[in-house]
This record gives sequence, C-alpha cells and structure tokens, in this order.
Amino acid sequence: MTSGNATPPRSVLFEARSIAKSFGDVHANRDISLDVAMGEKLALLGENGAGKSTFVKMIDGVLRPDRGEFLWRGKPVSISSPAVARQLGIGMVFQHFSTFEALTVGENLALALPKLSKRAIGKKAAELSDKYGLTLRLSRRVEALSAGEKQRVEIVRALIQTPKLLILDEPTSVLTPQEADRLFETLDALAADGMALIYISHRLPEIRQLCDRATILRQGAVVATCDPKTTPLSQIAEMMIGKTADPIRRTGSYVGAARLKVDNLSISVPEGTSLKKISFNARRGEILAIAGVAGEGQEALFSALSGEIPARRAKSITLSDKPIGAMGPTRRRRLGIAFAPEQRLGHAAVGDFPLSENLRITRHGLRGGETSLKARAAKIREAFDVRAGAGDPKAATLSGGNLQKFVMGREIDREPEVFVVAQPTWGVDAGAASFIRNELMRMTEKGAAVVVISQDLEEIFQIADRVAVLHRGELSETFAIDALTPERIGLLMSGSDIADLEMVDNTPEPRPQPKLVASNDAASVPPASASAVLSEPVRTVETETASAPPSTPAPPKPPPPQAPTRLSTRGTTSVQWTPPESFHPVRPEQ
Amino acid sequence: MIRLEKRAAPSTKAAILSPLIAIALTVACGLLMIQAAGKSPGDAVDAYFLFPFNDLKAYFAAGEEARASLLYQPAEVVLKAIPLALIGVGLAVAFRAGIFNIGAAGQYILGAIFAGAVALYAPDTTPQIILLPACLIAGTLGGLLWALIPAFLRVRAGASEILTSLMLTYVAGYLLDWVVRGPWRDPLGFGFPQSREFPEATAMPLLLEGTRLHWGLFVMLAVVAAVWFAMARTITGFRVNITGLAPRAAHFAGFQQGRTIYVVFLLSGALAGLAGALETTAIIGQLQPEISAEYGFAAIIVAFLGRLHPVGVLLAALVLALTYIGGENAQITLGLPRNATLVFQGMLLLFLLACDAMIHYRLRWRTTARV
Repeated sequence: MTSGNATPPRSVLFEARSIAKSFGDVHANRDISLDVAMGEKLALLGENGAGKSTFVKMIDGVLRPDRGEFLWRGKPVSISSPAVARQLGIGMVFQHFSTFEALTVGENLALALPKLSKRAIGKKAAELSDKYGLTLRLSRRVEALSAGEKQRVEIVRALIQTPKLLILDEPTSVLTPQEADRLFETLDALAADGMALIYISHRLPEIRQLCDRATILRQGAVVATCDPKTTPLSQIAEMMIGKTADPIRRTGSYVGAARLKVDNLSISVPEGTSLKKISFNARRGEILAIAGVAGEGQEALFSALSGEIPARRAKSITLSDKPIGAMGPTRRRRLGIAFAPEQRLGHAAVGDFPLSENLRITRHGLRGGETSLKARAAKIREAFDVRAGAGDPKAATLSGGNLQKFVMGREIDREPEVFVVAQPTWGVDAGAASFIRNELMRMTEKGAAVVVISQDLEEIFQIADRVAVLHRGELSETFAIDALTPERIGLLMSGSDIADLEMVDNTPEPRPQPKLVASNDAASVPPASASAVLSEPVRTVETETASAPPSTPAPPKPPPPQAPTRLSTRGTTSVQWTPPESFHPVRPEQ
Repeated sequence: MIRLEKRAAPSTKAAILSPLIAIALTVACGLLMIQAAGKSPGDAVDAYFLFPFNDLKAYFAAGEEARASLLYQPAEVVLKAIPLALIGVGLAVAFRAGIFNIGAAGQYILGAIFAGAVALYAPDTTPQIILLPACLIAGTLGGLLWALIPAFLRVRAGASEILTSLMLTYVAGYLLDWVVRGPWRDPLGFGFPQSREFPEATAMPLLLEGTRLHWGLFVMLAVVAAVWFAMARTITGFRVNITGLAPRAAHFAGFQQGRTIYVVFLLSGALAGLAGALETTAIIGQLQPEISAEYGFAAIIVAFLGRLHPVGVLLAALVLALTYIGGENAQITLGLPRNATLVFQGMLLLFLLACDAMIHYRLRWRTTARV
C-alpha cells in the first residue's frame, strides 16, 4: 500500500494551510492543515460537529474560509464557487443530497455536464453504472428515489466529471456490503489511476480497508494524522471522541408477547416500492430489525406503520391485539406507539420551528402532551445530550447528530410501548450512534418492542434480537440474529432466496467471527424459522463460548487473522471496533 | 457583479426590513414615474401620502366648528383598511399553509350577494339588532360556500386551487351582474342595473360623525385579534404553520392535508365574504355591478406585505388603503390617471417579492474575475 512515507516523492495535489471558519460565535474550523497526494486515499475522521462538513464545503467553494489558504499543485488558489472547484478538478459527493428533486436522474447528471448532449450523458452514465455497479434508472424523478438511490446519483454525478480529487462524505451509509465493496474496488481503481481521494466516514473498519492515511479532527482542529492500517481502531476512536467510546452492551432481557403484529399488509404507493403481503410481529423486550437496501419498500413500510398511509384493512396492523390499520398517526400515538422517520428535517422535524414546537409534532393530541413544551424540550436536551444553542433554538441550527438525538429523545421520553424507527443512526457520528443504540436497548429492558428499519448491518448486529429482510417490497421470514451472519443478510438483501442460503450454510467453514454482542437468552428467543435452526448447527456452542463469564483471560475467539472476503471484513466491524476486553458479553443475570 | 449567497438561517432583521425597503423603492420609482409624466414629485408625495396626515395635523390645530370635515380623509383611509385587513388576514392564513386562494374577490362578491338577499327579502319590520348580524352572517356564509368549491376540487381532484379560485372570481362577477340586471333589479331604478336600496337597519352605525367610518372597524379588529390568537396559540395555527413549512412533517404529525386545505379555504373565504357583506351594507347600501371587489386582489399584496402575520396585515392594510385614497386624491389634485394607483400597488408587490429574497440570501458584491 502506498503509505505516506513509503513512496519517496509524494506528489502533493492539494493542500490546506491553517484553514479557519466561524459562524458567529461557533468556531467550526479553528486550524486545519492537511494535504493529499495524487493516488492517495486520505480519510478525514471526526465526530459530528468536528468541522468536517464545513471544511469540505470550503474545498468545494460553497463556503469561503475566514483564514488560511488552499494550494492546488503547490499554487495558492481561491475556490470562490463550486464551478471553480469543478474547473480545478474537484468532485464532491455530499452527505446531504444536493440533487434537484423535481428533475429526473438523467437531467441531474446533465446539469453536471452542461456541454454534453442528453444522449451522450445517458451513454456515459450507463458506462459508469456498469463499471462501478451503481445502477441508475435515468428517467426516474429524483424525488421518488430513496436515500440510497439518491446517494448513487450523487456518486455517479461526481464520477462522470472525471475529477482529479474526489471528496466523499459518508458514501456507504446506505449501501449494502456488496455494493460498498464494489465502490471500494472502484475507488481503489480510481486511485491507482492517480486520483486523490478524501474520504469521510464514521466507519473505522471501512477507513482501515480503504485509506492510506487518516487525518483526525476534533472541535475544528487537526488532532492527529496516522496510518489507519496500523493504528489500533480503538486508539483512532479515542482520538476522535476524546474519550474511549462506550461499548454497546446488550444486557439481555425478557422477551414477551407480541405487541405489534403486521399481518398480510399490502400498501401500494404511486412512486417507490409498494409492499406486498408483509407479515411480522414485534414482541415485548426485543429489537426487531428490518434490514434491506434503500428503496426496497422501507418508506412505504414506515408510512404504513406510522399511519401516514393507512392500510386498507384495519386488522392488517394490530397493536396489543387492537386493530390500528385504519387509524391516522395521532390515534396510533395515543395507543402508546411512537415513530421516528429516516429524514430528520422536513419529516421528523421542521427546521424553522424551535425545539419546543418540534416536540409538539408528536405530542399534540396526547394526554398532557402539550403542557410545558419548553421545559420538556430542555429536559430531553439534557437527558439525550443534545448540544445546541442556548434557549429554544430552531431545529435547523442543530447538527445532524444532535437533531437525531433530539428526535429520538422526543419519542423515547414518552416511554412508548412500541417504537418504530427508521435509520436511527444514519449520518450520525460514532459517539451519538452508540448513545442512540444504547437508548434503544434500554427501552427493550423496560419492556418496549422496538422495530428498527435499518440498512446498517453493523448496527443490526449490535442491537437486534431478530431480523427480517425487505426486498422489492416483500419481507423475508424473521430470523434470530444468532442464526445469521452479515453475509447471509447481505444475500437476503440482494434477493437471494433461502435455498441459496442453505447451500452457503452447508459449507463446512465455521462462522468467521465470535458473537458481536451478547444477545438475550437463546432459549427465550425461539428462531422464527425452522430453516434458521437447521442451518445453524454450531449456534449453541457459539453462544456458550461467547457468553463465557468476563473472567476469561482472552477473548473467546479472536477474529480470523485474514477475513476470507472483503465482505466479512466489513461484517466483523464491531469486533474490531473496540478493544476485545470490552467485548466480553455480559450474561443476563440468572 | 452582485451575487446571492444563501444564509445559514433566515434573517429576522431582513424579514422586518424587507417590506419597508419595498415601500421606499415603490415611492422612489413612483416619483420618477410622476416626474416623467411632467408633474411635480413634491406635490405627488403630498397628494398621495401626506394629505391625511396634513388633515390630522390641521384637525388638532383647528377650532371646534371646522374640525369635522378635516377628519373625513383620515377616516377614509381607515375605512378602506377594514375590508383589506379582513380579507388579508384570511389570505395570510391560507398562504401560510401553502394554499393559494387567489379568488378572494369572488368570495367577497358572494358575501355581498348573500348579505343582499337577506337585506332585500327580510321583512321591513325586522329590528336592526337582528337584521344587521343576519346580513353579516349570511355574507360570511356566502364567501365560505364559494371557497368550498376550489377547496373541494383541490382535495378531491387535485385541481390547482390557484386556477379554480381565480376563475370562480369571474363566475361570481357575472352572477352579481345577473342578479342586479335580472331578478333583483330595482323596479323603480329607471332601468339602472342595481337592486333596491337596502333598509336603513342593515347599515352599520357610524363611529365618527361627519365621516363614513363605522363600527365595522371593531369587527375587523376583533377578527384580526382572533386570527392572531388562533395562529399563535391553538393547534389549528400549529397545523397551518407546519403544513406550509414542511408538508411531510405535517402528515407525520397526523394532520391530513385535505382537512387543512378546507380549514384555510373556508376561513379565508368566510372573511372575504364578511368583508363583502360589510362593504355593501355599510357603504354602498344596495347591490350594483361594481362593488370594489378588487379588494380581493389588493388583499393578496396586503397579506404578503404584512409578512403573513395578523398584526403585519393590519399595518399593511393601512398602507394599501393610503395608496387607494392617495390615488383618488392625486386624480383630483394632480390629474393623474386612476391606473397610477394600480401601478403603485403592482410595484409594491414586485419590490416586496424581490426584497424577500434577502431573508434567505445575502447580497455579495464581487468582481467577475475567475481562477
């Protein structure tokens, strides 16, 4: 690998010197210096609010630095607009989508390349789609696309301009492991051709897999630059957060009767993926994950559960045996169910509203829901560590992670019996993500049933008790988490059926990783399907080993030295995430 | 070159300054126009904007006996502001919800027709205490029913409320034309297209002797206060605001858009109808083809100039009323055409919308040099 020191003459393409930028009293960037050479893959790491987005926006010409300068091939440049950035050869894939919603995918691509004809662009896009596995349907309107599909448009749009420096802000957050691996191969190929990359992600294993160097930001300044392949991930995480990340702990819980039942639910939506005869149930004290790549029907499923799209049959959704399918969101909330959608601004919250008014969005119509909203909002801010301006700030002024914590806090604070949440940690930094996941698990200990619609396998393996996979609007049967590996979920996400899985499972190779988290007592979670049990002959043994008491000197099973495929490297993320000591699973008190 | 740069957060200062800058620009351009027409800009300012205040100043200086006539013009300004504020405050609520009721003029006309029906067909002996409220309630109902049509078409068929409400204005205009030429024509009116005069009892009592200002002012102020309260303090206000700002979040909050559309259309229609009823019963006293329905369009300017806020609408109604009265005055004293008033109003809306860009964007001057 081309580590910074290994290749003697680094040909520095882009350099930032002492960049600073403030918004009023907020010093988003205090002093950032970094450089990236041609063919180099630089990771930019940091928690939300560390200043990464502000910094890359300046590179892209959207914002202007207050101090400091940028150098392009050693010469100072003033990047006064995104057009200038494009001219220099800087390509950008933003975390927040910057596509035009009302236009089609093809038109959005055409806007990036105004000189080419529509037909030429279609051809080029098809080439790129083919080469990099980023499938796009050019005639679809962007507003009808899911988050994952929009992300693909962004990536292809940047690549179509053949940039010299490509900046990617969390590009894999909505991709399947297979898709992410293909993207990494693409990026490797692009870097081999001399393209410089600045890659922003919270996923340290990904950084380790892809990047040559990592520059770590904290509170608007560079704290370290290191080689992610040799530096322990726990150390990197510590540099990012300033303290050791809280390990996720599953303390085990009692799983009881089904709270939320979905029975043969079909929902047709004009745009996007409709739901076809979906059935599942979520039980007291468990987290049920609905896995799937973006655009496979998650939006329709969330809307159906929240009541935004009522079901045709009232009985197709029941809450504690009460049919709620025909009810709207408010009536459902009154029965003790809470929802948190994927899109924070514009769906979960209103940017122009202060937090207290945002609280009202899901509190009005509930008994006592609207009393002392401001005090309640302040309490939630404190309990959920929401960092924002003083008083009652507008939601738009909060960073993504903090707003998400507030949105989660708004619902969890109500102590709902059932909580349906879509992408709880999408685009949220590691600290906030583990906080949110811990809160979700705490809810189950109090007896709540939690349904997490997620594309994040790391997350699913950390917190879920059972998993079902959504593919083209159809839901697989529900599997106990112990019966699944990331590879199997990946296959299910890509639409492979159970028969294929059996074959995969019959290979003699043992499961490649130890248990990621200690889940609840295996006996109390009967796997939903017989096939899951059959296909998992070593499960009991694994569980026994994994749940050895914490006094065991060494981790129960070290991660395999070389993961067989990229895919499984990614799958074992949680293991690499924190030092092995913190991964002694805690056995439920018995 | 001037460049627009998006602000991180909307500027409150710009939101308040924008209408003031718009007014200043309108006055400046208006004066240029008057200069070009060969009139003295100084006289124009006097005729358009200052005369009611000059009259007020004179009023306090004058002796007891000369006073009454001096109050007339200032009172006229307030009088014109009554329908403008009534309609404007209703439209402001609709616009806040992102629903564009452009047909307030039609709803105003239906209000007048319904009030006229009550006034013309009620027994002569009906006491004022019953007849007057009955006229106003009927008018309110008329506007409400007329607004129900575009609301229904939007909710049921997805038809653009902008087009349907606007087109219904012309239907309403011809309906009024028909009733005053046909069934309700005054048999003793020498063939003029107008109804019988309404009974005395339908007219609002006067507030100030020597002027036309009536108790409708308090009806308007009460309505503005009620709307302000509803928007700031009630769940309906929350519903309207969230629907306009983030329709998806509104849906998630459990507010069905269809119901919101009905609520704001019925409210704005009802208030336009009330304004129509008030204007015909208190000022005109009969139905005729021309009943100042253009208030329905001017109120759109009022709503935006007033920042879609009830108190702002009240102030904006006074500003627009001033341009009406000033325009009439300028016709008399300077011989300016009536269209000059419409040009003023048009410029005001144009500048206002341009200045509103400042709320979300800041201006940056920069050289055109490129890297």
